Amino acid sequence: MAVTGQDPIIIVEGLTARFGEDTILEGVNLEVFPGEIFVIIGESGCGKTVLMKHMIGLFTPCEGRVFAKGIDLARASDEERHRIRMEIGVLFQSGALFGSMTLSENIGLPISEYTHLPPETIEQVVKMKLGLVNLAGYEHHMPAELSGGMKKRAALARAMALDPSILFFDEPSSGLDPVTAAGLDFLIKEINRTLGTTMVIVTHELASIMNIAQRVIMLDKNARGIIAEGNPHELKAHSRDPRVIAFFNRQPPKYREGEIHHG
Amino acid sequence: MAEPDGRKNDLVRTRGDRGGTVKLFLSGRIALDSLSLYTEEIRKRLNDLKPKELIVDLTNIEYLDSSGALLLLELEGRAKSQAIAFSFDNMPDEVRSIMELINRQALAAPPVKTEKKPRYILEEIGEASSVLYKDIIRIQVFIGEILDALFHAIRHPRLVRWDDVFFYVKRAGVDGLPILSLLSLLMGLIIAFMSSLQLKQFGANVYVASLVGIAIIRELGPMMTAIIVAGRSGSAFAAEIGTMRVNEEVDALVTMGFDPTQFLAVPKVLAAMIVVPVLTVYADFFGIIGGLLVGITGLDLTIHTYIQQTVKSVTLFDFVSSLVKSVVFAALISGISCQRGLQVRGGAEAVGTATTSAVVSSIFLIIVADSVFAIIFYYVRW
Repeated sequence: MAVTGQDPIIIVEGLTARFGEDTILEGVNLEVFPGEIFVIIGESGCGKTVLMKHMIGLFTPCEGRVFAKGIDLARASDEERHRIRMEIGVLFQSGALFGSMTLSENIGLPISEYTHLPPETIEQVVKMKLGLVNLAGYEHHMPAELSGGMKKRAALARAMALDPSILFFDEPSSGLDPVTAAGLDFLIKEINRTLGTTMVIVTHELASIMNIAQRVIMLDKNARGIIAEGNPHELKAHSRDPRVIAFFNRQPPKYREGEIHHG
Repeated sequence: MAEPDGRKNDLVRTRGDRGGTVKLFLSGRIALDSLSLYTEEIRKRLNDLKPKELIVDLTNIEYLDSSGALLLLELEGRAKSQAIAFSFDNMPDEVRSIMELINRQALAAPPVKTEKKPRYILEEIGEASSVLYKDIIRIQVFIGEILDALFHAIRHPRLVRWDDVFFYVKRAGVDGLPILSLLSLLMGLIIAFMSSLQLKQFGANVYVASLVGIAIIRELGPMMTAIIVAGRSGSAFAAEIGTMRVNEEVDALVTMGFDPTQFLAVPKVLAAMIVVPVLTVYADFFGIIGGLLVGITGLDLTIHTYIQQTVKSVTLFDFVSSLVKSVVFAALISGISCQRGLQVRGGAEAVGTATTSAVVSSIFLIIVADSVFAIIFYYVRW
């Protein structure tokens, strides 16, 4: 649920994203509040990841602005950018662990870069982070030696290395078995509950959405923007938008109302 | 942000007697960035007071992250290991839930895999030899596969992916013309200039044309072209196939019933074998032009004299042998580069290693093959 009464931690104002001739998003406005689990949903190709990459400053908006903790990401000074990078953790779809480094080195990298802690303290922090994601003892493993689910969890440990105030997840449960995916969902909720970390999650996994999301926005490819916003359970129960109904009821396109006639 | 040093006393306060019960009051923001500050101050205080019992009061903690919770757990662990009675006092619920998030067993869990021990030089040599031996075997297997695929292509030319062949002809050939022209021209220019310094002393200016012609056509033309193709196209072939390997595209080809050598390597090898001899002729031409420039500007030779002398010195055999060499160089470069690409296992680092290895191996093989050709052409000369 949106935490009202607090200033938004992320503000997207009139965002337009274009790649060549293709306009992916047009005039998107949204706000994310501190401590909430905010989920971006929509069918494949609707611009979920593009929106997220604008929110973390990887893409510069063609039009509009994106603020994270009050800083305009496209116009931030080096010092501001450095500060905001410490506040943001990102779990990429593929995990994006550095293949040439052990898990310990992967997770320790941001800590040694941004703090002046002695190596033995960093080692303890790394152990603690690995323990958080249930990978205790795997510090000397290379990413190539891990399964998909383990890689995702190790990448989450790296994303959390600096205890960021905002964590972004790009399709966290894609490619994971239901049990591992449910474990990751539980972890996301636990971290949000205990550390108060704001979570921004891009996904189209219905089970995850219903389980963890406090507020969702739904993007649509044709609308090039947001077509629905609210609590996922309420959207599923009360929305009259056929696109929202189709998404929550897993209706394949050809079986949508009016498109096929039986018998 | 870390608190200023002047505030240390406010953040960590103690009450109690030395050797007795000590109450430690922590306040402020205990997070990753201020961890060192708290650790250092707490250690100092406890070393001074050497308590028998330690009570940590958390009433005034403003913020605690997982690293801060780790500090508290470590403090508890250290106290217990020194037989100091330990307890937390006034622990807020938020702090308690963060502490519960941390898996205490994980902190003491031994690594599942131990770190690699440094190895002795003999072990290193042994492993390097084993890798080299396996590499030679793999190259031999690949040569067999590529020859088989090439014969198959000759017998069934319709099955060759000619669109890909012409694409790589353009990539490796046309796109490489500017750099090849420049380097060949400069090479001819340098040889002519350096040799003219010596030959001028004997009044043998005209032999500069012979020297440049023979050196460029017999050796430097094919060799320079091959080295440039190895650097430009060999590396690109290895990186392209290596990345496909990492992205499981090669596995996809296999599962669809394609032979990766036939599908990926043959078009590249054929393209290289077509284009490298053409590039060699082009490089020869520019090399001779380079020599000609020095001849007419610095040695008072006429264009006619220079060309006549070049034609007189260079035989058809030199020209044909140069083309034969370039075809073999092309096959070696493209073959080894594709093999290195197909050999990639792992991630981005492996692609980098394969690319480097493709270029280094190509250049090594070019030199070895050139030496072999030097001997063969010495005996087989018409």
